Amino acid sequence: MEVIATRPKSLTNVPFTYCPGCLHGVAHRLIAEAMDELDMRNNMMGVAPVGCSVFAYEFFDCDMAEAAHGRAPAVATGMKRARPDMHVFTYQGDGDLAAIGTAEIIHAANRGENISVFFINNAIYGMTGGQMAPTTLPGMKTTTSPYGRDENDIGYPIRMCELIDTLVSPYFIERVSLLSPQDINKAKRAVKKAMQYNKEDRGFTFIEFISTCPTNWGVDPLKARDWAKENMLPFFKVGNFRDKANAGGE
Amino acid sequence: MKTELICSGFGGQGALTIGKFLAKAAMKEGKHVSWLPSYGPEMRGGTANVSTVISEKPIAAPIVSFPDILVALNQPSIDKFGPKIKKGGLLIANKDMCPKGLNREDIEIIYAPMNQIAQEIGDAKVLNMVAIGIVIGKKRLVKYDTLEEDLKDFLKQKNPDLLQANLKAIQKGIEIGEQN
Amino acid sequence: MGEKVLMKGNEAVAEAAIRAGCRLYFAYPITPQSELIEYMAKMMPKVDGTFVQAESELAAINMVYGAAGCGKRVMTSSSSPGISLKQEGISYIAGANLPAVIVNVQRGGPGLGDIQPAQGDYFQATKGGGHGDYRVITLAPSSVQEFADMASLAFDLADKYRNPVYILSDGLLGQMMEPVEFKDAKTEKDFEELDKQHFAWCMHSNQDEPNHHHHEINSLEIDPKVLEKHVEKLGEKYNEIEKNEKRWEEYNINEENQMVCVSFGTASRVVKSAIDTLQEAGISVGLIRPITVWPYPSEAIQKALNDKVKKVMVFELNLGQMVEDVKIAVNGKLPVEFFGKVGGIVFTPEEVQEKIKENL
Repeated sequence: MEVIATRPKSLTNVPFTYCPGCLHGVAHRLIAEAMDELDMRNNMMGVAPVGCSVFAYEFFDCDMAEAAHGRAPAVATGMKRARPDMHVFTYQGDGDLAAIGTAEIIHAANRGENISVFFINNAIYGMTGGQMAPTTLPGMKTTTSPYGRDENDIGYPIRMCELIDTLVSPYFIERVSLLSPQDINKAKRAVKKAMQYNKEDRGFTFIEFISTCPTNWGVDPLKARDWAKENMLPFFKVGNFRDKANAGGE
Repeated sequence: MKTELICSGFGGQGALTIGKFLAKAAMKEGKHVSWLPSYGPEMRGGTANVSTVISEKPIAAPIVSFPDILVALNQPSIDKFGPKIKKGGLLIANKDMCPKGLNREDIEIIYAPMNQIAQEIGDAKVLNMVAIGIVIGKKRLVKYDTLEEDLKDFLKQKNPDLLQANLKAIQKGIEIGEQN
Repeated sequence: MGEKVLMKGNEAVAEAAIRAGCRLYFAYPITPQSELIEYMAKMMPKVDGTFVQAESELAAINMVYGAAGCGKRVMTSSSSPGISLKQEGISYIAGANLPAVIVNVQRGGPGLGDIQPAQGDYFQATKGGGHGDYRVITLAPSSVQEFADMASLAFDLADKYRNPVYILSDGLLGQMMEPVEFKDAKTEKDFEELDKQHFAWCMHSNQDEPNHHHHEINSLEIDPKVLEKHVEKLGEKYNEIEKNEKRWEEYNINEENQMVCVSFGTASRVVKSAIDTLQEAGISVGLIRPITVWPYPSEAIQKALNDKVKKVMVFELNLGQMVEDVKIAVNGKLPVEFFGKVGGIVFTPEEVQEKIKENL
């Protein structure tokens, strides 16, 4: 029998712990496929965050470190500096990266660390039970914004790609969506590009995935995707913000 | 035999360097030494000062409460540490910047116009070297040759003119120390 | 061993760390340890090492976590307020069984405090500091030479037990210059040996199946049964450290002692001066100077309590944090008195003499 689809080698056999309809699994798979295709698995070290993907160190079949909440880019910096011959990525959620770990991500990006950062934006804290995230949309109800996010009180959601795009050093910045098969194909191309640059030590690469959280949004997975398309994509515009390989002179 | 010094002056006068060169030379002559500076806001303005201990035996506390020798490059240094000089101790003061001096009968005092001497040598920066010279001339704490060797290592390549000025200042200081 | 050089403690410990094989250093500037970070900034590039000035002490300690996870000798340093910021990371390093060296050049606290020498971080260093059940081996130097020597000792202990190690110094030791003699630098062969030592557990490149290994650097065990085993194992390690690694100095300890003093670090030097002067006056007082403040050398104190000793006195530059450990060692046998200075003030030998005389 011909094998037409299989589990990427860069994922272990450990079953994912994610909720039904969650898109973390898709993001994991895209990263793992890129690692396989670029033959990076044996020289790859990853950093797992605190959040729903806290067990990512059990899922990716390369050496992995579990970081404290928000500190993954600092941990990755230490790893890459200790083993410049290897490749390093972090996988982080929005609370981890855009709230408690803001300083670490901005400064790792600003140093142009030779690492890839994969950032899952689903506008909510998943693991702790649906609290407001720095990416929660105005008016959106969560357990800590029960009357809807009041942007006059707590501010607007943070657009991380745009923020990082103000820095000179980063090499590659792109926001992708996981909300449809076509989007996922596009996301795969961006992930592979970031990983390719990572392999070549070209600099800091950053990918933001627009994702969903059916469980904490309280809707079924398909409705979650529709909601994200209608509400998240207008605020978090997908697209490439920077690719220094295309910037000329490269 | 243990000698405890405090060297003190305005930041920039080189008081800390006096202690450092003396400690380094004494170390090279096989003595135990410690050099403990005041640090932080006191470095700017105020009195930058350093406790230096030179001893035949290992040094326990590096903190000098009652110095055998006070090298004071300005009046505030005398005001602060002058009363604490041990009975029979020595004050070496920069006459040009210590208008009031110190009124004590139970210690030896050498006033030397260090700014003026440094000017005459041709480099205002070497006033602290005059002070080192006086310490050596008066107390023979370390040998001139050890200091000269150390200064040569330090300055010969970098700034030969400054080296000559430094050595001249130390020699002038030694003369003053020996006469007093 | 080379010739003696006159050096500040902050610089000496940095040089000694490099010689001990530290090639990764991450830190954030703070007084009074700035000469240390500056020395590393200058010297690390010359030995092909890594120096990163981190955006915060939090980031620095997490960089240490990452580098330690790769099995490399890595160090950070700070002064008291910055060490507080590192506590989260130190807890993770301890929880993940990682070797790392952390230098604390203590200053006055709490809060912003001041920048003068103090010993107010004794509790933080010896009793945990961060969350969870863990211990950090804590070495307390009292001279620039010892400060430098402790760099290689700290790395050796960190590697041996896969545990964080503090060097608990203070502003005085950091800023003071004394003669120091350095050990020979590690050779390429030594580095290979060190890499071998850590290969089994650290992150490194992998092979394809069937020899594929997946290493995790981690302090998370979500299953209580598994975490229980993990923490119990940490406990066994700490027991082992307590059994093997207690270090102390005895100064003027003898049968004639009327009092035994206990003091560590900078404070102990002042006590030694006072003891010398009292001895000249025919008053015999001994000193136990803990070199490791965790594990704590309780037995050394117990052994020093001969029949003539009437009292034990603790001298520290804090409100008496070590007194608890001394009382545990003395176990009610004798009164334990305390004299300390806070606010970044160091007591003088004369003050210590007075206190000893008052208590005889």
